Amino acid sequence: MSAHWGALAEFTTAPEIFHACEKVRDQGFTKWDAHTPFPVHGLDGAMGLSMSKVPWIVLVCGLTGTACATLLQWWVSVVEYPLVISAKPLFSLPAFVPIMFELSVLFGAFGAVFGMLALNKLPMLYHPLFQSERFERVTDDRFFISIEAGDPRFDTAKTVQFLRELGASHVELIDG
Amino acid sequence: MAVTITDNSNFDPVDGRAPLILGDDSFAGITQAVARPMEDPAPTALKVVFGIGLMLLGLLGVSLAYLIYKGTGIWGLNNPVGWGWAIVNFVFWVGIGHAGTLISAILFLFRQKWRTSINRAAEAMTIFAVMCALIFPGVHVGRVWVAYWLLPLPNQMAMWPNFRSPLLWDVFAVSIYGTVSILFWYTGLIPDLATMRDRSKGALAKKLYGLFALGWRGSNRHWQNYERAYLILAGLSTPLVLSVHTIVSFDFAVSQLPGWHTTIFPPYFVAGAIFSGFAMVLTLMIPVRSLFNLQHIITTRHLENTAKIILLTGSLVGYAYAMEFFIAWYGGNAYESYAFVNRMFGPYAWAYWTMVSCNVITPQIFWFKKARTNVYILFVASIFVNIGMWFERFVITVTSLHRDFLPSSWDYFHPTFWDVSTFLGSFGLFLVMFCLFLRFLPAVAIAEVKAVTPAADPHHHPHAENGDDGHDEGGH
Repeated sequence: MSAHWGALAEFTTAPEIFHACEKVRDQGFTKWDAHTPFPVHGLDGAMGLSMSKVPWIVLVCGLTGTACATLLQWWVSVVEYPLVISAKPLFSLPAFVPIMFELSVLFGAFGAVFGMLALNKLPMLYHPLFQSERFERVTDDRFFISIEAGDPRFDTAKTVQFLRELGASHVELIDG
Repeated sequence: MAVTITDNSNFDPVDGRAPLILGDDSFAGITQAVARPMEDPAPTALKVVFGIGLMLLGLLGVSLAYLIYKGTGIWGLNNPVGWGWAIVNFVFWVGIGHAGTLISAILFLFRQKWRTSINRAAEAMTIFAVMCALIFPGVHVGRVWVAYWLLPLPNQMAMWPNFRSPLLWDVFAVSIYGTVSILFWYTGLIPDLATMRDRSKGALAKKLYGLFALGWRGSNRHWQNYERAYLILAGLSTPLVLSVHTIVSFDFAVSQLPGWHTTIFPPYFVAGAIFSGFAMVLTLMIPVRSLFNLQHIITTRHLENTAKIILLTGSLVGYAYAMEFFIAWYGGNAYESYAFVNRMFGPYAWAYWTMVSCNVITPQIFWFKKARTNVYILFVASIFVNIGMWFERFVITVTSLHRDFLPSSWDYFHPTFWDVSTFLGSFGLFLVMFCLFLRFLPAVAIAEVKAVTPAADPHHHPHAENGDDGHDEGGH
């Protein structure tokens, strides 16, 4: 194949990138992405992405938190350091609920943030796209579509032509 | 519709939605407006506040050093009043911390788009307020060097904390609240740190922003997971924020003391916390928006909405005050009735009436639109609420304690110099952190504000007439 990493097309408005994504999706590309300064509503559908897996990670982490809190409080209060207070049972479940809740939230929140970063393969401080000077505006006011050279449907000349036809204001090739 | 809308507080929701952002609402315009204050030389006012903050922070350092050297005897604590300003200040700061998460999480779940202009600064306020709050339980244990006994850690005495105590729940609740708030805040910051990375001219700034932006490149595959994670964090933070002040109120309510032992405490504390937090949001945002020329992003409508929440929660707090008295009478418990009559007419009547005037009477001014849209009235009222909410915690703590069951142990609490200096010092920490935040991090969530502008809608057509859509691209 080529020495290129892929092609990068620039768009100026949210509706443009939305319709362009629909067309790239319909062409059957798989190794491609849209880059936007903010989450564009409905773009997941326009790109044909499947549901995010973050909720499952959070569920597992949250339940782990509940289990850890229950185990910790049971072990401390019943096994390791039994204290009889106001003749209450050693395993006083109602009194353990606040910490069970708190730890579920803590573990769930860690799951949400670190799960999200892991799914996104971040941190990744270097990426071929950062070579493009125009790409700096992706965090300001420009929208981009990148198609990787590794995509089976990628053909340097045809893909660039295709991106131009989508209405891109600028198309460039990114070195690998 | 007028081409340039300068006031968005007068829209009837039936006729059309008012724009959230006034003036230049282009994407580049928003980036520019938020980032410029960090790139221009720091305004003198910010330097002055930072200087005052540093001095107060020094005072905090001295106060804490002397406390650790000498012990809690330097405070005005006496025999019945064993819990003084330390707990008052703790609850005061934690309460302020509640507005940030309320704005970022609860308003997010309710799809209140106006939150995007103020959530970043409010979340920062939360984190710094929780830091200030954590100082007090951290040092009021007396022997600071064994403060780790609060945590369930294995130690040489083979001793473990009592999980049936609300004080331990509190350790978990507040520290987890602080941690989750930082996670939430940082997650929201990632795209904006990338914006700063791409804007920065200096090599060091580019490196540092780049490092913390984690290589964010606005990928939609990333945004998808990011948005889902953000929604879940909001969903987790909402019950969390309600639980935190509930558990703080358990510190009091689970005890047997008349004046503390009431079931109304959890909702009453949560309402009070939101009340004080929103007041602090106004106290901070009114100067910030004019200092950084952000009036078109943090508009009168944002301030007005905040004032409405203050009116609501202030009235809830007023209702709680009344209900406490009603139950004290209706419950027929002589100690309980005495505690409340003593609050109103006893030696601390001055503190009680300060609290009522600031918390119940002041917010009533927000029934009037003129008051809700006038920055000077808003600012002054917010200061009154801050004062009132500090007094609320003082009244709850001290008036309930100072009259013991045995009249021979009755006493009056006098704060010492060190009580005052530690409290003032905590404001130093808060101010220093907040000034650094304003200087080095985007004070408004850039990506989120862009997402609520009309142009962000992928089905938006700038020139189409849209009957139920009150905004127009107008001049740009």
